[in-house]
Amino acid sequence: MNIHEYQGKEIFRKYGVAVPAGFVARTPDEAAEAAARLGTPVVVVKSQIHAGGRGKGTVYLATNRNEVAIQGGVKVVKPELARETAQKLLGNILVTIQTGPEGKKVGTLLVEEGMKIVRELYVAVMMDRAKSMDLIMVSTEGGVEIEEVAAHQPEKIVREYVDPRVGFQGFQARKLSYALGLEGDAFKNGVKFFQALYKAYKEMDCSIAEINPLVVTDDNRVLALDAKLNFDDNALFRHPEVMAMRDVAEEDPLEVEASKSNLNYVKLDGNVGCMVNGAGLAMATMDIIKLAGGEPANFLDVGGGANVETVRNGFRIILSDPNVKAILINIFGGIVRCDRVANGVIEAAKSMDIRVPIIVRLAGTNAVEAREILAASGLNLIPAEGLKDAAAKVTQAIS
Amino acid sequence: MAVLVDKTTRVIVQGITGHEGSFHTQQMKEYGTPVVGGVTPGKGGLLHEGTPVFNSVGDAVRETGANTSIIFVPAVAAGDAIMEAADAGIRLVICITEGIPVNDMMKAWTYIQGKGTRLIGPNCPGIITPGIGKIGIMPGFIFSPGRVGLISRSGTLTYEAVNQLTQLGLGQSTAIGIGGDPIIGTRHIDAVKLFNEDPETDAIVLIGEIGGTDEEDAARYIRDHVKKPVVGFIAGQTAPPGRRMGHAGAIISGGKGTAAEKVKTMKECGIHVADSPAVIGETMKRVLGK
Repeated sequence: MNIHEYQGKEIFRKYGVAVPAGFVARTPDEAAEAAARLGTPVVVVKSQIHAGGRGKGTVYLATNRNEVAIQGGVKVVKPELARETAQKLLGNILVTIQTGPEGKKVGTLLVEEGMKIVRELYVAVMMDRAKSMDLIMVSTEGGVEIEEVAAHQPEKIVREYVDPRVGFQGFQARKLSYALGLEGDAFKNGVKFFQALYKAYKEMDCSIAEINPLVVTDDNRVLALDAKLNFDDNALFRHPEVMAMRDVAEEDPLEVEASKSNLNYVKLDGNVGCMVNGAGLAMATMDIIKLAGGEPANFLDVGGGANVETVRNGFRIILSDPNVKAILINIFGGIVRCDRVANGVIEAAKSMDIRVPIIVRLAGTNAVEAREILAASGLNLIPAEGLKDAAAKVTQAIS
Repeated sequence: MAVLVDKTTRVIVQGITGHEGSFHTQQMKEYGTPVVGGVTPGKGGLLHEGTPVFNSVGDAVRETGANTSIIFVPAVAAGDAIMEAADAGIRLVICITEGIPVNDMMKAWTYIQGKGTRLIGPNCPGIITPGIGKIGIMPGFIFSPGRVGLISRSGTLTYEAVNQLTQLGLGQSTAIGIGGDPIIGTRHIDAVKLFNEDPETDAIVLIGEIGGTDEEDAARYIRDHVKKPVVGFIAGQTAPPGRRMGHAGAIISGGKGTAAEKVKTMKECGIHVADSPAVIGETMKRVLGK
């Protein structure tokens, strides 16, 4: 799960991870008030959306998507211009390199103190899968894409692994601070920063905590100028306060709908919908669609308990996507009985107006009975015998 | 004898009185697996559908001589259950549970290092040696005894591949579902080593998916150490970066873990990679010259 920058910084504050002074604003008046309270010569007005590249993005009018409201979703302005800037950002659509052309609506701003930045650095905490250990990565090359640094200047990235038996140690925080060339008060602040950051990451069950840039100011403060926090979905039950930070406006409406029905659904851009049991087989089915000349419209794992209700919800969600020209159902019955799935498909298909071809491939437990049930239903369902046959029938359906 | 499951295997079920644990205990017994007991704290002394229940893994081991455990306890307590099994001297732990927090798994994984316990999973369908026993949740009837070893991160995709093999007359020595989580006890490379040393396995099917670099690590090991033919498949060629595809571990992040990268490395290492999941069985048949 993702959260907004301002929410990430709230968590950081709680753990003593230094962040710039700032206030949340949802109206131009609140932005003006925040700027006045900060009292710095300039303030930074930052659009809060779940996507990167905000500074270089473009804000379009919500009422007229062809008209630019303002260039850049992050603005450094004099305090007296905060209200006017907020007016141009709030309620409008920010398009960045990460949002896609549809962009995201700006509903919230973070107004922060302006400061003199002397250095831009990078730090991230994540789990290294190859070692099953947490990893802290720092780089002197902040403010740019870390993948670029890794590709062209790998020596500029310093890694420190955390031994799970003893946790992150003081000498490691010092090593990282030295590696970044921090000195004097900035060194002390850096050590404190890394220790607090790791504690926040660990206790909040984050899957990543990335700060780019991590800045050093002219008065030797070490601050998280940005905050990207993702959380381990499996641990959210321990953090109701994080769950409350979920912003469904930032998610695809079909994915929100699917999550209400406990379906594991990811919306994609293709033309062939699919409904599958099991994540691995679902990915493999998407691959089959591609090999058949189509493009998958979604990932959908109906899980181990596929019944009439899950099949119906799955259909409804797939069919809400106007790009879908055909549907491939691929169920390998292990514990799931294919005859039950077949009945689910029939009931769901009867109760809905389905105008696209549906290819059904059922294998495993009670597959023979299931095929008989489908054949006797009188519905226009296209049975497939194996994955090869299913692929050929998908090709036929979309050509 | 095939790997992991053999005539000396004695299984206990942690979480035997729960819905899943109860159902699959019956299924495993029907398949002929020697299930000798179960564990549910507080329910020790009960007989659950014919199987004695104990309060702790330690009690179960003492009373039954169990050496293998399968875990069905809920995600919130599963990490603890893994550690309890290792502490009691269980040498093979299979954790079926899905949805365990990464931090809990990191703890459990670290705890069992050096204790002589092998962990399979979590978030896996378990293991099966056709005709001998299954310690897992897979449908037994699609498997057939034979000499192909199978390794996979996914459940139903394993069934798909096994079904293809069986229909082509290629039986399996053992199938190992290693699990779809980012931290798992036995990785592709570890399972490859087991099959490589097993005199009853002639060839290996290695099924992977997007996320992490375990398939690449296994591929390099195969290049350097394995003479047996290996057929591979990677699911998720069409998966977009940054999105979790069902499994907690199936995510392309920071440009790492793409299907294309894995397939490339596997091919360079001499693995016969099936381009479509529909031809995993056929590819094996061709490679074996049958």
